[in-house]
Amino acid sequence: MNKRSHSIAFWAAVAVFLVAVLSMTQIVRNEYPFFAGYVILQFIALAVAWSILGGYAGYVNFGTNAFFGVGVYTAVALFKATGAPLVVQIAAAAVVGMTLGFGVGLLTLRMRGIFFSIATIALAIIIETFVMNWRFVGGAAGIQIQRPPVMAPFDSYVKMLFFVQAVLVVIAIAIARYVQNSRIGRGLQALRDDELAAECTGVPTLKLKLIACMISGALISAAGAPAAMYLQYADPSSAFNLSYSVSALAMALIGGTAHWIGPVLGAILLGSTQQLLAVTISSEVNVLVLGIMLVLFVVGAPKGIIGLLRPRYRLRAGGKQ
Amino acid sequence: MDLLLGAVVLGVLLGCFYAAVSVGLSVSFGLLDVPHVAHPAFLVLASYGVYQLNESYDIDPLLAGLAITPLFFLFGLLAYRVYYETFERRGSDAAVRGIAFFFGIAFIIEVLIILQFGVDQRSVSATYIGKSWRFGEFRIPIRQLVAFAVALALTVLLAVYLSKTFMGRAIRAVAQDEEALRLMGANPVRIKQFAFGIATAVLGIAGALLIIVAPVEPTLDRAYIGRTFCVVVMAGLGSISGTLIAAIILGVAESIVLTLFGASWAPAISFAMLLGVLAVRPQGLLGR
Repeated sequence: MNKRSHSIAFWAAVAVFLVAVLSMTQIVRNEYPFFAGYVILQFIALAVAWSILGGYAGYVNFGTNAFFGVGVYTAVALFKATGAPLVVQIAAAAVVGMTLGFGVGLLTLRMRGIFFSIATIALAIIIETFVMNWRFVGGAAGIQIQRPPVMAPFDSYVKMLFFVQAVLVVIAIAIARYVQNSRIGRGLQALRDDELAAECTGVPTLKLKLIACMISGALISAAGAPAAMYLQYADPSSAFNLSYSVSALAMALIGGTAHWIGPVLGAILLGSTQQLLAVTISSEVNVLVLGIMLVLFVVGAPKGIIGLLRPRYRLRAGGKQ
Repeated sequence: MDLLLGAVVLGVLLGCFYAAVSVGLSVSFGLLDVPHVAHPAFLVLASYGVYQLNESYDIDPLLAGLAITPLFFLFGLLAYRVYYETFERRGSDAAVRGIAFFFGIAFIIEVLIILQFGVDQRSVSATYIGKSWRFGEFRIPIRQLVAFAVALALTVLLAVYLSKTFMGRAIRAVAQDEEALRLMGANPVRIKQFAFGIATAVLGIAGALLIIVAPVEPTLDRAYIGRTFCVVVMAGLGSISGTLIAAIILGVAESIVLTLFGASWAPAISFAMLLGVLAVRPQGLLGR
């Protein structure tokens, strides 16, 4: 029963969130909050998607940028070839991301620890090199994108993208939450703690890791698909920028990966700090802050923010939030 | 044919240079099992140190590299201490967080370099930079020859140190059986910390070679993650002689692809080779 009331609370919160986002797009005139908010939502989606493999299973994926860039370029190629609408671009990106996740998983998931992490960087660079040599989508120079006219309830494209990204965030969180509570999540956590022991007690470790890698890949690519429309421009070195990997990993680890709420908290906290810093200082300082926070948390608070908040209430009472 | 021969010769020179930049990782990752993703970031940092000394005091880059070596040794001691206290000693999911830790360190170094020096390429000046020797059909830049000679000397020196000296043997022993060493009354952590210091100190010279061979930029470490890990994994973890062979294979492969297909495919070669090695022969050429 408790589980069901949790579920009701969750979906009620989701409904409130989406209604709030939608009415915000109708009421607020200034476009800037949507520009900034879009990026924060994108980080939430990335961090949550990353933690499905990286957090639950403990496989540190450095290749978030590979999946993100593949999402961007699936959307670009599809739009250029057929002029397909955004929803189709996102769906196609998710399918391609899932397929890539399957391939990456087959190739790398037997590797442990650092070998897996380095292999994911390798894949990102190899895919980026292919895109750089792919003339149809502009090669290394990049490609300019004309936005199609906006759809009905929205009066600007950025507001629409903001809403679309909010929906993607909800989908990502719902899936992460489902995975966490299902047999998949329990299996992943078992193999995270001790892969050999899990394998011996009959947990189908490779199958579970493949599923996690496919889900994570599909969600990251889907989150990347609208990016070309957002920037009206796509080029390989920004679409495959390694900073997406650091951000997703750092936000998830800083928030805490034991529960889906961790990456959400981490992404909101760091994403909004970064938006503030980007305006007030510079984008380099952003990455610096991200890196320092990552190192400090990994050393000092291994369970992340939720680890600080949840099991030890005296910490919260001490005002250390 | 001459073109290909020239590519092979340059590839061998390049390969020895790759050995010098990877040999430290062969100790820290290969022997000590530390997931040191920040190794190439320290390498680029060393290059900028050399650049600064060369720029302000007009010191020869190799001497400058030698001058920052003690500093890098201390860096290494400190980095291992932090790593040991926070990850190795606690066990459990140390590997996951250790990787994230070094990834974060690499990014911090990258950004600090950008904030200090900007994103432009930097290069050093020395008498041997800019000239080249003619061998019949093809020319070899003297900077490549200098880098080759120093790199080879550095790699051989480290190999000799690890196999002939008392401390070198202790490092190999701690890599093989830490527990046995503890039972014999030695302190394995001290030995590992010293080894990590050596592995980082070597980067002083390697960083000088990096900026002698070509201009450097702050994000250059990303390309070298592939190269250094490719070499160390292909070599077989912890094998110094394997490092030299693997690095030469990588150098020749890169040089040939560069000649035949052009520079736009270059960044992917080391990573593709790394994936190939991991998939086909994960224990490396001279694996233990």
